[in-house]
Amino acid sequence: MSQPNHANLAEKLTKDTKRTDWHNNSIWWVRQNRDKAVFGIPDWENLRNTASSIKSYMLENLHDLLLEFEKNALANGVQVHWAADAKEHNEIVHGILSKRAVKKMVKSKSMLTEECGLNHYLEDQGIEVIDTDLGERIIQLRHEPPSHIVAPAIHLKREDISETFHEHLGTEKGNIDPQYLTEAARQSLRKDFLSADAALTGVNFAIADTGEFVVCTNEGNADMGAHLAPVHIACMGLEKIIPKREHLGVFLRVLARSSTGQAITTYSSHFRKPRPGQEMHIVLVDNGRSRHIQKPKFKDALKCIRCGACMNTCPVYRRSGGHSYHVTVPGPIGSILAPNADLKKNSDLPFASSLCGACSNVCPVKINIHEQLYEWRQIITQEGHSSTGKTIGMKAMNFVLSNPKVFELGGKMGRTLMRTVPSLVNNSMNPWYKSREMPEPPKESFKDWYRKNRNNE
Amino acid sequence: MKVSLFIPCYIDQFYPQVGIATLELLEKLGCEVVHPLSQTCCGQPMANSGYQHITKSIDKQNQQIFREAEYIVCPSGSCTLHLKDHVFHGESKVYELCEFLTDVLKVSEVNATFPHKVGVHQSCHGLRGLLLGKGSELVSEPFSKIGDLLDQVKNIQVCTPSKVDECCGFGGTFAVNEEAVSAKMGKDRAEEFEKLDVDYITSADMSCLMHLEGTLKRKGSKVKVIHIAEILNQSIS
Ligand code: SF4
Repeated sequence: MSQPNHANLAEKLTKDTKRTDWHNNSIWWVRQNRDKAVFGIPDWENLRNTASSIKSYMLENLHDLLLEFEKNALANGVQVHWAADAKEHNEIVHGILSKRAVKKMVKSKSMLTEECGLNHYLEDQGIEVIDTDLGERIIQLRHEPPSHIVAPAIHLKREDISETFHEHLGTEKGNIDPQYLTEAARQSLRKDFLSADAALTGVNFAIADTGEFVVCTNEGNADMGAHLAPVHIACMGLEKIIPKREHLGVFLRVLARSSTGQAITTYSSHFRKPRPGQEMHIVLVDNGRSRHIQKPKFKDALKCIRCGACMNTCPVYRRSGGHSYHVTVPGPIGSILAPNADLKKNSDLPFASSLCGACSNVCPVKINIHEQLYEWRQIITQEGHSSTGKTIGMKAMNFVLSNPKVFELGGKMGRTLMRTVPSLVNNSMNPWYKSREMPEPPKESFKDWYRKNRNNE
Repeated sequence: MKVSLFIPCYIDQFYPQVGIATLELLEKLGCEVVHPLSQTCCGQPMANSGYQHITKSIDKQNQQIFREAEYIVCPSGSCTLHLKDHVFHGESKVYELCEFLTDVLKVSEVNATFPHKVGVHQSCHGLRGLLLGKGSELVSEPFSKIGDLLDQVKNIQVCTPSKVDECCGFGGTFAVNEEAVSAKMGKDRAEEFEKLDVDYITSADMSCLMHLEGTLKRKGSKVKVIHIAEILNQSIS
């Protein structure tokens, strides 16, 4: 089977131990920044509870909130579109662009368009798309998918970026000064901003009772794009709605702190109505979300505000890197979102975790991520998406453990064999043994000891 | 106080000394301890692999064996969590050893001595699942049931690694399914303790210690592992 698999990809990506350590450390540094920021707020857990309950309310009332948002956005002079899936989303965006004969579009802050494969789609139609977030731009030049939802190029070292810029932007070979490289990207992007005929942004929060939407960035590129171009398209998943503007404060406080450890993102840009002569569109995208919301054990995953904290804390993600997850949103949250999109293809992802639970503890909207990983595992095996070998093994193990006599006898025989013929388990067929010793089998089990010393049966 | 001892399958088979220490410790503290011999396993290895639906017979077996039990005590955070959440469904009679000592017996003097430098490994299921301590992610008053108990041990030197509660990478079948990442996590965790120059790593979960032990032995490290029950059971006399 050529289906991508986390364990195999992770094995490849962790082969270079130095790079794995570097990746682990740089992401752990972000987790530490998050810690510093949240420990400055004694009320932090309360804030998480509040954020979580607003999002729960959103999930319970999504239908009404969406209609309220649409009504208010229309009243503000914004054009509202509904897309059932990725294909419809791409067609809608293309439709808007072709009406104005757009040849070049700048884009900012949108994991959703990545999810929908918009760039490729538009490029096939002859429209040039320029990602304007620095990280996004870097991976776009390298034709790579993002490896993190907040820092899409976090898997790259300065040397890699320098190489890419040298090749595409003509920077000095070997110059790895971050200031120099950023400036080069800025100059090149400036030309794109000025020559684009449309701008597309994502949406962090859409406020039902005002019809406005908020985009959070650190680079100000969303504003630059939207303020210069005659057409602004904002694409959002259905779950980005929050009921009222007063709720925004809660989310702005938790988002950046969880994400990068900043108190707030540099720009929290509110968009409410088009400026005179400008067209403003909002595309509301379902793409599996209304199916997801119907799964009681899993619907809370839709509360996610894409802060990335669960990735930064995850001991697996920090080592294996975002690309080992082979989906747009990697890490713990990705592993509970992806099975809804395609259970079979992503049936490996819920297993890419030791279930340590650190993700659920950092999540600012309190998604029970590790419990959902466990629940997806149950669904995956019940629907027959795990290997026959594994099922046979598990059934055999279950048989032994369901029969106390077989367990005792089997255990005794097993231990004796391990003692007398250690090579039976200490060989390359045993993945444990590859880098770890097996425990030393004692002559006596605890039960043997108990019978001799505390015999009460 | 009558205590029914639940000894996880791998402790029964590979680490009988941990079962013995747990039993002796509870007896010393005045409990009447029984170990029903028909028990095997909590079912977690299958359930965490997605096979909870085939563990019904084991679950029923455990429910029957421990039906009359007043307290079920188990020297492993992970198995305790599974029994609590998935077998006894939140029934309050299941306890991990340390929480039983601090919350039920309210032990204030364990009368143990252990003149060694010991690094504490917070096992994830005990920490974040059973709340044996405060997870490093949470903004709340720090506490640690394991720490409270080790504080009562004489001559011990306790230390914590800088990543206070990083996972050791065991995770049951994760250790073999995701061999590369799991092994790397084990190596990194072991290294943190080696840097602290400890004699022992202790934990309330033998499965993490089994993983760390396997890693340390392969490296030829001099650092050993020891279950917390074994430390608490080291009498002065
Ligand atoms: S699941 Fe929670 S922690 Fe992870 S990205 Fe979403 S909001 Fe952030």
